[in-house]
Amino acid sequence: MSEESQTEIARSCFLSTEQFAKLFEVLHALDYEVIGPTIDQAAIVYDRLTSVDDLPRGWTDIQEPGKYRLEKRGDDALFGYVVGPHSWKQKLFPPVSTLSVADRTDAGWQFTEPEQELPKFAFLGVRACELAALKIQDRVFIGGPYVDPSYQGRRNKALIIAVNCTQAASTCFCTSMNTGPRCKAGYDLALTELADGFVVEVATPEGEIVINALETQIATDENQRQAEAARQQAVDQITKTLDTTDIRDLLMSNLEHPQWNDVAERCLSCTNCTMVCPTCFCSSVEEVSDLTGDHVERERKWDSCFNVDFSYMNGGLVRNSIRNRYRQWMTHKLATWIDQFGTSGCVGCGRCITWCPVGIDLTREVAAIRETQT
Amino acid sequence: MGKPKLGVFKFASCDGCQLSLLDAEDQLLAVADAVEIRHFPEASSRMEAGPYDIALVEGSITTPHDAERIQQIRRDAKFLMTIGACATSGGIQALRNGADTAEFMRAVYASPEYIQVLDKSTPIAEHVKVDFELRGCPINQYQLIEVIQSLLAGRNPRTPRHSVCLDCKRRGTVCVTVAQGTPCLGPVTQSGCNAICPSYHRGCYGCYGPAAQPNLVSLSTHALNEGASAAEVSHNLRNFNVYAPAFRNESQRLTDQIKEQN
Repeated sequence: MSEESQTEIARSCFLSTEQFAKLFEVLHALDYEVIGPTIDQAAIVYDRLTSVDDLPRGWTDIQEPGKYRLEKRGDDALFGYVVGPHSWKQKLFPPVSTLSVADRTDAGWQFTEPEQELPKFAFLGVRACELAALKIQDRVFIGGPYVDPSYQGRRNKALIIAVNCTQAASTCFCTSMNTGPRCKAGYDLALTELADGFVVEVATPEGEIVINALETQIATDENQRQAEAARQQAVDQITKTLDTTDIRDLLMSNLEHPQWNDVAERCLSCTNCTMVCPTCFCSSVEEVSDLTGDHVERERKWDSCFNVDFSYMNGGLVRNSIRNRYRQWMTHKLATWIDQFGTSGCVGCGRCITWCPVGIDLTREVAAIRETQT
Repeated sequence: MGKPKLGVFKFASCDGCQLSLLDAEDQLLAVADAVEIRHFPEASSRMEAGPYDIALVEGSITTPHDAERIQQIRRDAKFLMTIGACATSGGIQALRNGADTAEFMRAVYASPEYIQVLDKSTPIAEHVKVDFELRGCPINQYQLIEVIQSLLAGRNPRTPRHSVCLDCKRRGTVCVTVAQGTPCLGPVTQSGCNAICPSYHRGCYGCYGPAAQPNLVSLSTHALNEGASAAEVSHNLRNFNVYAPAFRNESQRLTDQIKEQN
């Protein structure tokens, strides 16, 4: 649900681990397709879940620049990890989609929009930084004069079940971006995991429907105290910081700083950071025809400012070096995004740091510019 | 105007790229319908002389005879397109470039005096003007159809120059380097295969050659910092596109580094 539909004061209750397992049946009965964390390809990804057993019970992730590893936890926690390589944009803004179809007929070109029934997702395990990312993408796709109908349809139907982080990775810096780790708005239900169940905050009528179908108990003071301690643990574990003081002006007045050359020597311009970023929204639109040229499909694909040809226009490349592409990405994400959309484009999730194959850390790049600004 | 006349020609190669055209089963009839196939030994024994509107050239130049033959094909072809790693960068057989060819000959052939071979396996573009290069070992049939389609329609072909990483991410493949420590050439390799290997938990072998503006030095520096040896990193680059300048230079730089250290 969007933030606006959230009731002002969330009521809370306690949901046992046993009852939590029934959440899946309840969601399926309400026709939701449940998407959430599960282990695949040696990582915790977001994919379709059928039962509680699909969750990464007892696993955690260890993250550092350029490195991600799964490890056993030694307990049965269901949400005892941070964020992985996927984000919810995969579902709301699919990597490849057909926008329209054209067929040549005797009567001329016939244009059709592919019939698509929009999926009704229940996103389970949305973290605070990801709620912030959803809000940013909402602004991009449905907050301006040009609304993306596919995103809008998927987003409006989606149920958001957030989970408060109870730990942090070395790459997390949500506290610097004021996006977490506490889930404050933008969810239907928010869970804080305890040893024997969850403290649940119910924020919307849609959330009420789901929670009312389960047996819950009154959240005791002790439950609340434990939940608060668990959430505080995440705050205490965050070590990475990004000083955002006057960051827009800092970057925009240092466009010729030597640090851009330095990072260009390391950057592969491989697009990974933009692909894993939960707010990056760039795409390319292509007309794809069959050999006869009688059937044409308009395809939209995720694209990236790190793709050399993404800035091709009118016979030339606008950003024809890695230096220029990295600078474009970072200044947009942290500076000109503020001009364009009113907020930073960064939520501090740390994905671009972990999933950079050579471990480039944008917080360090900003710090280096700040230390020696011209 | 009649249908464009197509010729398919083979030099030093495994025929796999020509087979990609034959494998394009869904579209093969449409191709046969759209062009007049006049020379395609892999498909038909009926071979007709040029001129050709489109010549697809597979394989690298490795013999004096081939070096002459490609000149005639160029003269006969309006549009000459190379298909595959052999034709565009010299292929796996370019591993012998820089080595002692005469010694290889003695080791392989009982009577090497009957063999005439050039010192190097070289791409077609080192011999004649090439109008378009389609990468890959083997080429991707959809890209081949795309280029043929673009020629028929008179538009630019769509063969992206970005890294394999973008394709991995579009298909939801988790990075094998970051999550599993597997060496992967994906960040410096051109798209085209739809990122097959990482989807099977393997690193990219660089079959489509260097992406545009690849940062080879950074990728190998990082691998060395992570504990790989210079020999391993250099070896990974010495594959189907060993003679592509970006891979060749980086592999050579690492080899030189090893020599200096010893």
